[in-house]
Amino acid sequence: MSDRGYPDAVADEFPPPPTAFTDREDRELEIRPYEGDAASREALVEMYDAFDPADRAQGIPPGGEERIREWLDAILGGDCYNVIAWCGDEVAGHATLVPDGDAYELAIFVHQEYQRAGIGTHLIRGLLGHGQANGVEKVWLTVERWNRAAVSLYKKIGFETSDAESFELEMGLRLRADAGPDGDAETDE
Amino acid sequence: MKVLCGIGGSDDSFRALDRTVERAAVANDDLTIAVVDNEDSSVSPDEVVERAEAAVAEAAIDAEVRRVEGDPGSRLIEIAETEEFEEIVLGGGHTSPMGKITIGSIAEFVLLNAKTTVTLVR
Repeated sequence: MSDRGYPDAVADEFPPPPTAFTDREDRELEIRPYEGDAASREALVEMYDAFDPADRAQGIPPGGEERIREWLDAILGGDCYNVIAWCGDEVAGHATLVPDGDAYELAIFVHQEYQRAGIGTHLIRGLLGHGQANGVEKVWLTVERWNRAAVSLYKKIGFETSDAESFELEMGLRLRADAGPDGDAETDE
Repeated sequence: MKVLCGIGGSDDSFRALDRTVERAAVANDDLTIAVVDNEDSSVSPDEVVERAEAAVAEAAIDAEVRRVEGDPGSRLIEIAETEEFEEIVLGGGHTSPMGKITIGSIAEFVLLNAKTTVTLVR
């Protein structure tokens, strides 16, 4: 869709992964981009297969291994940007940018055992840093309006509500200035 | 059953149309297809009417295709109430490239305000 709204102001610079941090439960975590390797993909399947159905939102992640694999095929493709929060060999969370016209749709998932430990903030900042480093300009998402934890996380990051007329809020973020007519990013300096 | 299927030209509304026509042919439903204004749709109401008439003809059922102007949600409910429909059928929402489903404002209004059963086709 082309009529989505985005803030005029460009967001802060986000740190591109890899980054490492200790979560609020004293676990060592690392945010790394997904590089297309089979081992990471299998670790993702494992996380989503164990994902609490109560934490699904708007139909994703899907239930059952077969549908999880189909869905991952679509969002781990070459034109998508993905980062994973690792706790050792285990996936604690995953965030993705999927192209949609001239913008990217964002989604983020943190496994129930790793929630409420500050991982979501690191994960989304890592994803946006990865996107910025790769020239992503505009990001949008939808979130169920009762999901206050998620809405406040997105607001803290700089997302602004662009459509509040349905069950779901639509929010937008501008990561870089719009490309000028010559294809280069315009700068205000 | 007396069924009112509301479509506005979105992909999910055409899915609802096909499934409702298919079901009507088997269950012998008394079906009316209401073509409503959907400002988010890229297909014109006239084209939507044509698609609906073609689907009805192909299934060889006796269903009315009616153009309904004005606010889509409230018009559907008004028709359902005054003409005593037993069920309203609508598209089940838009699926984003990510796979996230969002339910449109027409479906939200009808779900909350209709007295009849509402079916969202997925």
